[in-house]
Parts: sequence; C-alpha cells; structure tokens
Amino acid sequence: MKYEVVIGLEIHAELSTQSKVFCGCSTKFGAAPNTQCCPICIGMPGVLPLINKKALEYTIKAGLALNCSIARYTKMDRKNYFYPDLPRACQISQYDMPVCQNGYLDIVVNGSTRRIGINRIHLEEDAGKLLHDQYADSTLVDLNRSGVPLIEIVTEPDLRSAEEAKVFLETLRTILRYIDVSDCKMEEGSLRCDVNISIRPEGQKEFGVRTEMKNLNSFRAVYRAIEYEANRQIAIMEEGGTVLRETRRWDEGAGKSFSMRAKEHAQDYRYFPEPDLPPIEIDDEWVEEIRRQIPELPDQKRRRYVEEYGLPEYDAGILTSSKDLADYFENCVKLYENPKAISNWLMGDFLRLVNEKNIEISDVPVTAENLVKLLKLIDSKVISGPIAKTVFEEMFNTGKDPEAIVEEKGLKQITDRDELVKVIKRVLEENPKSVEDYKKGKKKALGFLVGQTMKATRGKANPQLVNEILLEELEK
Amino acid sequence: MELYKLTVHEAVDLINKKEVTYQQIVQSALQQIHEVDKDVKAFITLTDERALEDSRQLDAVKADEEGLSVLAGIPFGVEDNICTQGVRTTCASKMLDNFVPPYSATAFSRIARQRGVLMGKLNTDEFSMGLTTETSYFHETRNPWDLNRIAGGASAGAAAAVAADEVFYALATDTGGSLRRAAAFCGVVGLKPTYGMVSRYGVISSGSSMDQVGPIAKNVKDCALVFQAIAGSDKADPMTATARVADYVGALADDIKGLRIGLLRECFDKGIDKDVKEAVLNAAKTLEGLGAHVEEISLPSVELAPAAHCVILSAEVSSNLGRYDGIKYGYRVERCQDLDDLYKKTRTQGFGDEVKLRVMLGTYALSAGNYERYYLQALKVRTIIKAELEKAFEKFDAVVLPTCSTTAWKFGDKVDSALAMFLADKYTAPASIAGVPAITIPCGFDVNGLPIGMQLMGKPFSEATLLRIAFTFEQNTDYHIKRPAIDWR
Amino acid sequence: MEITVKDVEYLAEAAKFEFTEDEKQKFAQALSDVINAVDVLAQTDTQGVQPTIYVISVKNVFREDEVLPSMDRDILLKNAADVQDGCYRVPKVVE
Ligand SMILES: [Zn+2]
Repeated sequence: MKYEVVIGLEIHAELSTQSKVFCGCSTKFGAAPNTQCCPICIGMPGVLPLINKKALEYTIKAGLALNCSIARYTKMDRKNYFYPDLPRACQISQYDMPVCQNGYLDIVVNGSTRRIGINRIHLEEDAGKLLHDQYADSTLVDLNRSGVPLIEIVTEPDLRSAEEAKVFLETLRTILRYIDVSDCKMEEGSLRCDVNISIRPEGQKEFGVRTEMKNLNSFRAVYRAIEYEANRQIAIMEEGGTVLRETRRWDEGAGKSFSMRAKEHAQDYRYFPEPDLPPIEIDDEWVEEIRRQIPELPDQKRRRYVEEYGLPEYDAGILTSSKDLADYFENCVKLYENPKAISNWLMGDFLRLVNEKNIEISDVPVTAENLVKLLKLIDSKVISGPIAKTVFEEMFNTGKDPEAIVEEKGLKQITDRDELVKVIKRVLEENPKSVEDYKKGKKKALGFLVGQTMKATRGKANPQLVNEILLEELEK
Repeated sequence: MELYKLTVHEAVDLINKKEVTYQQIVQSALQQIHEVDKDVKAFITLTDERALEDSRQLDAVKADEEGLSVLAGIPFGVEDNICTQGVRTTCASKMLDNFVPPYSATAFSRIARQRGVLMGKLNTDEFSMGLTTETSYFHETRNPWDLNRIAGGASAGAAAAVAADEVFYALATDTGGSLRRAAAFCGVVGLKPTYGMVSRYGVISSGSSMDQVGPIAKNVKDCALVFQAIAGSDKADPMTATARVADYVGALADDIKGLRIGLLRECFDKGIDKDVKEAVLNAAKTLEGLGAHVEEISLPSVELAPAAHCVILSAEVSSNLGRYDGIKYGYRVERCQDLDDLYKKTRTQGFGDEVKLRVMLGTYALSAGNYERYYLQALKVRTIIKAELEKAFEKFDAVVLPTCSTTAWKFGDKVDSALAMFLADKYTAPASIAGVPAITIPCGFDVNGLPIGMQLMGKPFSEATLLRIAFTFEQNTDYHIKRPAIDWR
Repeated sequence: MEITVKDVEYLAEAAKFEFTEDEKQKFAQALSDVINAVDVLAQTDTQGVQPTIYVISVKNVFREDEVLPSMDRDILLKNAADVQDGCYRVPKVVE
C-alpha cells in the first residue's frame, strides 16, 4: 500500500528585541547564568509584568508577512504547569485570541509552488534553561532566557514530505530575517521546531494518529526525523499495528527517535486570562503603520530580479536567500548596470569567502562601491580576470580600495604590444621544445606557452593579446 | 503627654510648633507597642531600631530645614503581604518565613519617600486567606476592644495596631473585604480604593483582578492624607494607567447637602445582627439629617457577589501561588527524592490548609470541563453585578450598607474556612468584584461595646466623594473618638 | 455536586500537594461545601452576557523596548535555598 505523510509544524522563534517581553532585562545570548534577570523574570512575589510594545509589533509584522489576519482585540493568557525553567509555574502566552490567524506561506518545492496554511501566530515568553551536564545528581537552572519574547507559529497539517518541511522552514527563516523580527539561529535556540507527523493510506481523508517530535536542533535533524518517523509509522501499519499518540524525542547522534511520554490525555494547562496585563486593541492605523515597515519579501524580489535584471532563476534564488545579500546586490546594481557580472561575483568569490571565513554578509569589509570599482577595472581592461581574483581576496581581507591595491602592487594589465612581443620572444627562446611541438601540430603546446607568458608577466598580461602575438610569432 | 494617641494631623501640628521631636513621637509609639503588643499581637516583625534611626535623622534634618512632608516622621505599619525592601515579608506563611524582598511595593515606597517611619510588618492571614488570622503561621491577632475576640482578617494586624494606638496608620490590602472587615471590627477607618487607583507593584498577589492597597487610619482626615500619598498611576502596575487623582484632603468638607445616597435594602433582610442593622440604619438617618437624600435601593445581583468573588479569587490564587516551589526563594524541604517530591513536600509543608483548599478550589474551577460552569460563569456574573452597580451610581453618589453582618466574634466561635469566608464577604465582595471604591467608618457599638462599621460604596474613582460623606458623618458623631476601653498601663 | 477523594487526588497532583487518606476525606468535604455554595452561579441566567475579565477600562499599556540594568546576581539569589555556580539547583531533571 502507498502512504501519504501528513506533517504540521509548531515553530518557536525568539524575537530580536533588545529587552525581554515583560521586563527590561537584556536578551543578549551567551551571558553568565542568571546575570540577565530581575525580580519580574524570576517570578518573585508581588512584581508585575509589562508588555514590550516592540515584541507585540514584531508579532504583528510576522503575521502580516505570513498573510495572516490580525486580531483587532487580543489579550494575554496564563498557561499553568510546574517546571523548574518556568519560575512562576505559569507561562504568559495566548490561548483563544492569538494576535495572528489564518495565514499562509507559499513554498517552491521541485519547481512547483505549494501553499502551506498558517493556523496562528501568538506571542509568549520563553522559559529558562536547565543545565544537566555539570552534576550527576542535580540540575542547574539559568533564567537568563526566561521572559525572552517568542512567537509560536503553528502551521496547518499541509506539509507532505520531509523535503517540504525543510523548504518551508528555510523559506520561513528567510522571511523572518527579512522583516528583521528574529535572527532564527537554530544553534542558539532562537528558532525551534516541533513536528507533528502522521501517515494515512493514499486517498484516505481522515488523518492518522499523530506523534509529536521534539529536540530537533537543525534543519537536517527535522528532515531526518521526519523520514525516520514516517518509515517507523509505515512499518507499524504494514505489520498491522497501531501508531500510539505520543511525544517522541529525536536523537540526532543515533539517528532515531524515542518515546518520551504517552499523550492519551492532553495535559490540562488551565489557561485563563492574565489578570495582570490589560487587554490590547490593535486598530487599522497601527496595522498599516507596521505593514509599511515590511520590506519587499524574497518571493517578490526573486521574481523582480528575473524580470527586471534578466537574471536566471537560479541566480535570483541565491541572491534573495538573504536580505543582506539582496541589499548588497541592489546597491551594486545602482552603481553599475551589469547585474549578471555582479551576480557572478557575488555567487562566486564573494560567497565562497563569506563561507570560508564564516562571517555575516553585513560584516564583509568590501563595500558595494569597491566591488563595483573592481568590476570597472576588469571591464576597462586595467586588470585581467585572474588578477581581479587576487585583488578581491585582498579587498576581502583588508577592506581596501581596489584601485589602491592595483596601484600599490603594480597589477595593471600589460596591453603594450611591443612590450609583450619582447616578453614572448624571450619565452619562445627559452622553450624551443614547445615551439617545436607546436609546429609539429601539437596545438596543446600553445596553452603551455600562454601560461609561461602569464607567469613571466606575473599574470598582468592581457590574455587575449598574448594569444594573438603568440600565434603570430609561431607562424613566422 | 501620650503622643501615641494622637492622630497624624495632631502630631504634625505639634512637630511644626516644635513642641515635640520626631524621636519623641516614635519613642512613644514604640513604648505603646512594647506595652500592648504582647496582648494584641499585631506585629510579625518589628523594625524598631530602624524606626529610631529614622527619627534621629529626621530631627537632624528638621533642625536645618523646613518643608518635610506631612507624613514625615509619623510611625506607621504595613501588612505583611506588602513587600518592604530589606525587611522580611512573610505573607504570614511558613512558605515565606525567611523571605527578604530586594524591592519595595510602590505604595510603601511612596510613604517611605515622604519619610514616614516604618514600625514593622503586621499580621495577616496566610496569603490573606482567612477571617481571623487563625490561618497565620505566626500567631493570632486579638481585638483591642476585647482580647478574646478576633480583630478580623486578613488585615487584622493592621486594624488592631491602629485601634490600639501602636501605629498612627497602616497600609493594608483588600481583595474581598479584608481591610474593611478588620477596620470595622476594630472601630477604625479603612478605605479600599478603586481597582487601579493604587499600584499593586510589590503587593504579593492574591486575587490579581481585585487586590488593592488602602489605608487604615484613626479618622477620615488621616485616611485621606495617607490615601493622597499612595494614590495615582505607577509605571510598574499597568492597571493604574488610568488612575485619576483628586485633592482628597481638600475634599473634606463638612457638607453633604444634596448628595444622593442609596440604602442597600438586601442587606437588612436576613442574616444580620440586630445591633448592626440598627446602627447602620441610624447612621443612614444621620446622613439624611445632615442634608443628604437617602433612599432605599435594591440591587438583587449583589447576593451573587460572594460566590463570584470566591470563584475568581480561587482561580487567580491557584495560579499566583504556583511560583512557591522551593527553588528561587522561600521554604524548601530539606530532603526529597526527586523534583516532583521537592515540589510536593515543599508546598505541602510550606502552606497551611486554608491555602491548599483555595488552590485546589481554583484548580478545580479552571480545569477542563469546569471552566465554563465556574470560572467563566463567575466572570459573567461579575458583568451583571457591575452593570447593576453602574446603574445605581447613575442615580446615587454613594450606596450605604453594613461592612459586616456581625461584630467581632470570639476565637473558636466560627470555623475559619473558605465557606465561612464566603459568607462573611457578602457585604464587602460587591465592591471588590466590581472594582469600585468603598470606605468603612465606625457608626456605633453593639450590646457588648464592640464597634460596628458602616460601609459606603461609590462609582470608580469617586474616593473624594466617599471621603467627604465619611468626614461629614464623623464631624457630626463621636464613634471614632472612642478607643478600646482596656487600660493598658 | 460532590468532590470525591479521587477528585482531590487529581487536584493535589495538579497543584503539587500530597495528603494522607484522612486529609483527602477532609478536603473532599470542604471542597464539596464550597462548590455547592457557589453553584448559585451556575443557576444564574447569563445568556448573552459577556465575561468581565478586567474591571476597569484600561488597555494598551506598554513599555518601550529599552534594556534596564538587571539585578545583581548575588542579591537575586540570596533568597534561594540551594545555589550552585550562580544557578538555582534542583534534583536531577530527567527530560
Ligand atoms: Zn528581568
């Protein structure tokens, strides 16, 4: 029998506000334990939460970018349960009135577009962190993360494969970064994802029993966990068994998932309205103000790059995969109308060095102005292509102006015919064997002689001219 | 001179005339505390050294410069569920026996900034849940009018300390009548402000949607003075964003001519002591005699207030008290097997039965399947009560009713339970559940010589009107002047 | 409505209390008393009535996104019973 996999995601993204959602403590990652805490975020008695306006605005912004309708009236609720990372034994979240509802996100998988429904997005606070590894018999509690604003994005069960889930997450991450509401670093835990997964015989309408997969710390883990879990469930069905409703924990090292707890009875969180926080009214004017802050999103941008700049789909896809890269590209295009040449450089040496050095695009020392200068130097034949690569590396390391580098190191292309003739004559004299080979019909020898000439000029010779003169001299 | 017997404004007069020093005032109050508190037991924690040091500094300042505020140097007490930085704040619970908050409640800070002198922290019921302080982890507070009787609850320490002249006034909290009941039982003045009028920041949460801090004082003028100091919006409590402050001391005119006062008929039908009924009806007549239009009014939905209050309070309490888990502060069991055991042993040993009952009741009311029948229904009934009161306040400037149906009873006469509390709240719950202001003032004595309180409720932010009515009543009666007949010395 | 010992056991688990059999009986009775007393609410006709969560008409009270100094860790941890390496310590949590 053929089975269809049904997947829904619950994604938690930390919002990139400076301060926490209900107090003024910093949200910076990596501080010493419990140094970014105050009576409010450790839940001392009597102190009261205050909503960070920006956290709410980021939630609305995310909703707009994901095509949601925005609630005109909303409130915060309490979700009650005991856990050491939850200092008040209740999490401030949203229950029946999320800020955003009924949205969607279009993703492109294998060339075709799929629309994935967004059930809701709500604002809530993050919990603290438990440190298990230091001591055998105890766990330490660090509440720095307690109260960092989160949005929870819940999709409809519209995804049908591990690939789709992965593409969805990538697309979502790109958008959240574009609109600047979250840095979405899975390794720092600022993007987390739980996967609900079930299978059903192809053609069946009803959903199968679903399991919830936790502890997915990378996109790769999401992909692998879905593949694993789908196969596990199919194997159970094939054997005539039944899938249990449970929460499972993914072990990336083992490449397997393990049952954490049965979910026969959903835990009763006893949600009720947070009495300490006044309700929230969001009027059209506010929504429109936030909408105006949303930049052109990757999907639109990609289409525009193809239409306006005549770039191949592939180029457009890569250039728009990050807002910083797209911004960089557009800055270059403004200065120099040769989009394809710019695209080639960015997708080539630029991204290669970014990846090698593992830095952010915003930290690349090469300004758009300097990259364009470099391209102009190539176009006007001041430097050769190979030299340009060297110059670019230098620019990438030092942030220097390419003209200065070319000047300093004397890298200008030699285009003086007489000078090159001299050099080439010498090369031919020094390599009589190759000349002979060439004359015998071994055309490959020409390449060697070009190389020798370039070497003799330390790469500065205009390659076309070298070819031309060499042929002339060899024919003599 | 017995300085401790003075009211705030009398003491201020003497200080301004340089007839007494701050130290003399504070020493006098301290002496009274040492004299009577072994019997009254109003205090959980005494901050006597700090108080003496404060008064020494104030005298030094006063010698140099004038212009200290009215409450400067005046001894006061604070109910022990209001956080005071550096001074242990217990909520009368084993759970917080050793809790020293690193912050102060805004209401306390505002008085401290005026350089009021804190004498100590006053007894209450555990997490304010009780009628008699019998649920206090520490001891019972006794009524200065009769030491065999309760002083009310939960704010008994605050009311008794004021009645016994141990402090000039006190800050207390009111969630369903705590402050008003205790003030009435002890024959002093108590004001529960409009919800959102006084910051709840630093007040240990009980029923978050009803908790308010207010003054307990010897007379209406002192009450207005203190209220003026603590009222007004505070950035740390979002619910105070719309607080509108008036000139409360300035509003104290001996004139209520033309004011319309409703007399709540439902209170006098059943379940009320004869003496209380007579005293409050007499008080209404007095108000009429002073020029107010007094008219009977029926508000049938207020009968539902105690039930709605009970459910909402329990629900909020069940969530608010989840934070006491032995990890960040407060009591923690020494030995436990695992995390769950830590939670259960800490909470079982750290809380008393009344608190446990409340927490379970709230847990029940919020549970799946019960939420609609109890919690949500209580919120809807709250809407009905609120609407009915709003309608009444279109016609009336204030509504008069008893504060309690009885006077202070003897210890052991009634079982202190959630059910008893529920019944005792019947006159105080309506103002709490609707968030409107209410004041209690002495209006008579029963056959045993125990004080009776009259309650005035008004529309939101009408404290000035309530204070004016109370002041006028006080100016024309002498119930407030009588002090407990016990000779302490 | 009667609260049974089983109900008390469920509530005690949710609220993290542990009781002896006698205590369970006692709480079951006390809870039943209150639940019966508040049942007047369920008897009240509230059709078409909206719940009142907030008694005053306050809305949209926010703070700006500004970082304020956090509390000194030593002061913050002072009230905690078990502290290790600048953290609160609890018995081993098994996830
Ligand atoms: Zn904080």
